[in-house]
Amino acid sequence: MLTFTIRRLVFAVPTLLFIALVIFLLLELAPGDPMAQVPLTVPPEVKEAMRQALGLGEPVPIRFWKWLVQFFWIEPQVFIDWLTNKSFLFGWLPDTDVYVPCSDATRAYCDQRVISWQTRSPVMDIVMQRMPQTLTVVGLSYVVGILIALPIGIYSAYRQYSVFDQVGTFVSMIGYSVPPFFSGVLVIVVFSVVLGWFPSIYDTTHRVTDWDSFVYQVKQMIMPVMVLALQTTAQISRFMRASMLDNLNQDYVRTARAKGMTEWVVVLTHVLRNSMIPVVTVIALGVPAVFGGAIITEQVFKVNGLGQLLITAIQANDLPMVQTITFIFAILIVLFNLIADVLYGVLDPRIRYD
Amino acid sequence: MPDGATPVTGPVLDVSGLKTVFNTRGGEVHAVNDVSFDLTAGELLGVVGESGSGKSVTMMSLIGLLPMPPAEIRAGRVSFDGLDLLNTDVETLRAIRGGKIGFVFQDPMTSLNPTFTVGFQLAEPLRKHMGMNKRQARVRARELLELVGIPDADQRLDDFPHQFSGGMRQRVMIAIALACDPQVLIADEPTTALDVTIQAQILELMKELRTKLGMGVIWITHDLGVIAGIADRVLVMYGGQVVEQAPVRELFENPQHPYTRALLETIPSVSGEREERLTVIEGQPPILGAAPTACPFLDRCDVATDRCARENPTRVEVASGHDAACFNPGAVPIAG
Repeated sequence: MLTFTIRRLVFAVPTLLFIALVIFLLLELAPGDPMAQVPLTVPPEVKEAMRQALGLGEPVPIRFWKWLVQFFWIEPQVFIDWLTNKSFLFGWLPDTDVYVPCSDATRAYCDQRVISWQTRSPVMDIVMQRMPQTLTVVGLSYVVGILIALPIGIYSAYRQYSVFDQVGTFVSMIGYSVPPFFSGVLVIVVFSVVLGWFPSIYDTTHRVTDWDSFVYQVKQMIMPVMVLALQTTAQISRFMRASMLDNLNQDYVRTARAKGMTEWVVVLTHVLRNSMIPVVTVIALGVPAVFGGAIITEQVFKVNGLGQLLITAIQANDLPMVQTITFIFAILIVLFNLIADVLYGVLDPRIRYD
Repeated sequence: MPDGATPVTGPVLDVSGLKTVFNTRGGEVHAVNDVSFDLTAGELLGVVGESGSGKSVTMMSLIGLLPMPPAEIRAGRVSFDGLDLLNTDVETLRAIRGGKIGFVFQDPMTSLNPTFTVGFQLAEPLRKHMGMNKRQARVRARELLELVGIPDADQRLDDFPHQFSGGMRQRVMIAIALACDPQVLIADEPTTALDVTIQAQILELMKELRTKLGMGVIWITHDLGVIAGIADRVLVMYGGQVVEQAPVRELFENPQHPYTRALLETIPSVSGEREERLTVIEGQPPILGAAPTACPFLDRCDVATDRCARENPTRVEVASGHDAACFNPGAVPIAG
């Protein structure tokens, strides 16, 4: 398993480089000019100088290489410094000082980070600012969705065609077919406008300091989390149900019953273990989408997370931002594909990669 | 009753008038109709019949292994160890399943859970029925694997089913069925999915274990050759009923029901001429949408009379310990 994991990680490097190249070239093909939003009164030669300053005068291979260096060499340095200096997890480690920021004194040998054209601040700093909102709202909705979906899927399969199963099927169909821009607005109308229970806008600046602020945080999270969880629940519960049904009729289930095991043990030990194999894979493959944020839901509830960041960057023609965020998604997808494969091997003893 | 080879202590399992019906979308299917038989301790009862004759459904009905619905047990009484198995609570039935009645299924490739070690699956009934702790169960599990002839038992306990061959898996299944020293072992076509040499090994093993452990065995098969080699007494099933019941020697020498005779004729002779075609029983077994009012073998029978179409024959004793459900037992078809 370890050999397999290492081999896959090594193979991931050319894959990611290729993805990086494709993203870079696609954005290169995209029409648009970073200076398009500069006022018309600015003379063309000044605009040209600004383009040169952004590095747009260099040939494509050089710019790609520089971006790779920035992403794989300079940004990790910044990240390591952040981890050891400020982060909660590794803040106790001795402070490192790997990254040399640019200032007047260090202009000759400093490292330039990936800079957003739109905000003129480092892309990764903005990403790190947006990450907590996305992870709390979208991540929590994913966890909630799975926690609701698994028992529903298990019980629906165990009591196939029962009233519970029929209701579950109906709710799943709704979850699948109603888009979040509709269900989101619907819950806002019902719970914010008519009933006035929850705030309609997610306040990112809200800080939890005491019980009351915690209650407010929970209140403002309920609606976006539930709208997103409905979708996750619909998908995962269907998947869980199908997987359980596949296994409930297997011969080994009859064997377990013939051994005198209780239904609880038969279903939740024997059948569940086998049914979880494909479901865990699906859950793992869904995690990158969590980081990607829920673009539409974030817009509806005004959660300024990663999805919202990507959309505004695309609208503002902020190519470094778009490129970096897209590439981060690519890394997560490759990584979680690997994790899904490893989990498959862990759960299913018949699969050995070595 | 079996002939004197086994001590007569009264039947350990006594089934009478068992009726099992499946409620399917296309209507009812009467899979088991009025089946009665008994099993004495230490006896090996062979049950033969073609596919769909109700052999497996009968045995699964006994210990509540059929999914209900669609299955429904309409009538009958199954007494085992002083209990009526059809009218006991679920807990008692569970304690009997795997504890006092062991079950071996047909396909060893799929009958074991692929995601748990053999040791875990073997220990499960031990811990449940015998109240053993993990360590005791492991010791006993190792003994069981040795009993069924699996070498390196201690290491193999930690292996998963896919690391065993088909024959070895069936040995594991037998070990699981034997785990709690059952009084009755029901083996549902345990050698059908195995090749002939492995089948012979399993048969030898069963003969040996049966004498060693002194339990009653019900051996379901469609292979008369297996029955001849292993059984004390035979039930022949057709269309959800027992059509003939006799000690094994008597059945082979003196078959009374036309179905049994036809079945015996289908055994290919190895010494016979090569040109000879395989004998078959013409026609299809019936799918019974209602309780039969005629002999189920009517359509395929070559000695049928008018009476066979009017009423369903009940089992009548034709010799000592030998009965057949036929109005014309032993009749020879008129050559024509």
